Amino acid sequence: MSSITLQKLAHAYNPDTRRDADFALKEVNHTWEDGRAYALLGPSGCGKTTLLNIMSGLLQPTRGRILFGEKDVTAMSTAQRNIAQVFQFPVVYDTMTVGQNLAFPLRNRGMEASYITERVQRVAQMIGLERHLDQKASSLTADLKQKISLGRGVVRNDVNAILFDEPLTVIDPHMKWELRTQLKSLHREFGHTMIYVTHDQTEALTFAEKVVVMHDGLIVQIGTPQELFEAPAHVFVGYFIGSPGMNFMPVSVEGSRGEINGYTIGLESDYGNPVGRVVLGIRPEFVRLTKGAGLPVTINQIRDVGRQKFVNATLFDTEINIAVNAGVQIEADMTNIVFDPAMISIFCDDWRIEGSPLQKLTEGVA
Amino acid sequence: MDKPVNQRAWILVLPVVILVAFSSIIPMMTVVNYSFQDSFGGNEFFWVGLEWYRELLQSERLWDALGRQLLFSSVILLIEIPLGILVALCMPKKGWTASLCLVLMALPLLIPYNVVGTIWQVFARSDIGLLGRGMSDLGVSYNYAQNAFDAWVTVVAMDVWHWTSLVALLSYAGLRSIPNAYYQAAQIDQASRWSVFRYIELPKMRGVLIIAVLLRFMDSFMIYTEPFVLTGGGPGNATTFLSIDLVKMALGQFDLGPAAAFSLMYFLVILLISYVFYTVMITTDKADAKP
Repeated sequence: MSSITLQKLAHAYNPDTRRDADFALKEVNHTWEDGRAYALLGPSGCGKTTLLNIMSGLLQPTRGRILFGEKDVTAMSTAQRNIAQVFQFPVVYDTMTVGQNLAFPLRNRGMEASYITERVQRVAQMIGLERHLDQKASSLTADLKQKISLGRGVVRNDVNAILFDEPLTVIDPHMKWELRTQLKSLHREFGHTMIYVTHDQTEALTFAEKVVVMHDGLIVQIGTPQELFEAPAHVFVGYFIGSPGMNFMPVSVEGSRGEINGYTIGLESDYGNPVGRVVLGIRPEFVRLTKGAGLPVTINQIRDVGRQKFVNATLFDTEINIAVNAGVQIEADMTNIVFDPAMISIFCDDWRIEGSPLQKLTEGVA
Repeated sequence: MDKPVNQRAWILVLPVVILVAFSSIIPMMTVVNYSFQDSFGGNEFFWVGLEWYRELLQSERLWDALGRQLLFSSVILLIEIPLGILVALCMPKKGWTASLCLVLMALPLLIPYNVVGTIWQVFARSDIGLLGRGMSDLGVSYNYAQNAFDAWVTVVAMDVWHWTSLVALLSYAGLRSIPNAYYQAAQIDQASRWSVFRYIELPKMRGVLIIAVLLRFMDSFMIYTEPFVLTGGGPGNATTFLSIDLVKMALGQFDLGPAAAFSLMYFLVILLISYVFYTVMITTDKADAKP
């Protein structure tokens, strides 16, 4: 096992690569550290599967290199790379039994029969397929078939990484949770590097230690679920993570002072004088309804989802969402909002900008 | 729960009953009728009971024709199915070459049977045909009109030429419906080309191959026009298959009774063999599906 480094990796499906838009995958530089569990999150068509197939060697990148540890594997075949991949739809060899399915990758590599039997037994035990070893693979349900796909991956003990391409798409909802839990325990036990592609944020956030968010062929942010939530690096991350997503509103910023339609908002950092399209982003969870203080809003709708209430309101011309805890009463004269200043993000031309901390404030706090 | 009963609903089935009666049942019953009678000129018929059946079952002529027929069907199945799969595997997967291939493959299927017979009859003639003349110029002795083996080779070659593309097209459709992930998974599992064929492509093509085998078996078992045009059943009786024999009996000798008995037995044999084929394949399918 080793880390996987992507250097200036880019891929275009058409031979014509003059424009940036021709690339399904724009330049990617990233290192997947050994033994960690990553989620690769993004909407359909953002290049997730392309990136995955390049790593497993099913696709040759148009540009760039892939290193396993220090070794350049760009030109190596899939089999030589020792990558396991689980696909969206369960792939099993219909005519074989479950046991034969699991043994298949080992038999193809010319392993000894005794080793194969032992290894198959072990893997079957690991993923809970012991009882089914002698059954025809085609007779099993989708979730068990998906386990076979996974088992064929981990049955090799020299696997560098396991790649999952939206593996729970065709699994019944009540089995999803169980499979995901099993994946996590598998990861804890054996420490394979796991990269899990999904467009479902709950899946990504519960599975991974680090989430890689892709948008339009680019990696826009890599971080822990908390980082993604609190400090999105790109407007897209703010919008895509969280439900409902981040609120955005145009703002003019000067130093540590923001201004929305004549109302001043105090910021906790000094952003200087950003040039470009500047927007303020704040999560619904960090907006508070008040009586009289703050920005005036018109409330359109309140949705009660049990643990929380979501208030949909209009702030000048922008629609915003406010999350209110179930215990809090919403009164008729609560027509203003204030933002939690620590949780305000400022974006310039879609990308997050970091301000320098305010000298006075830090001294005061200290 | 009571189901509503309305006997007038039968009227809705009536049109199809009439249609099937006139197109199949009545003609078939006429044949059944003939098979139990002897006919003389002037429309005179006598009841003979099972006489024709007994006579036919004892005649070497029928058994020989049946033997030739079974041999022919087995030979062309053994050639056309593997060859069709091979062709399908070699066909391009997309682009204009794929379309071109599909059109070219469909061409033999569009040619009327007697034209196919005529094409090969001319093609194989030893005086002017490209094949026949070419063979004799190369010093290979070949004459389908006189040599029984040559006649067989020609008839088989003609059928293979005519029908392999059907098998290929069916297999091609089966192959194209296999999701790409299967090939990718096989690549990751380091499967050889043969394993990919054996464990992915062949099982996935199973459904279309059952249809291909059934179609080709039934069609070849009833083959008439092409060998009739090419060899006329000769030399001697070498390529006299069941249907050629039947026509000889019914129209050549005008033995209506024996011919009717013959066609009924012919029909039953086809029905029986197709049924056995089908059942065997469906049961193995089910056995596979069961845990």
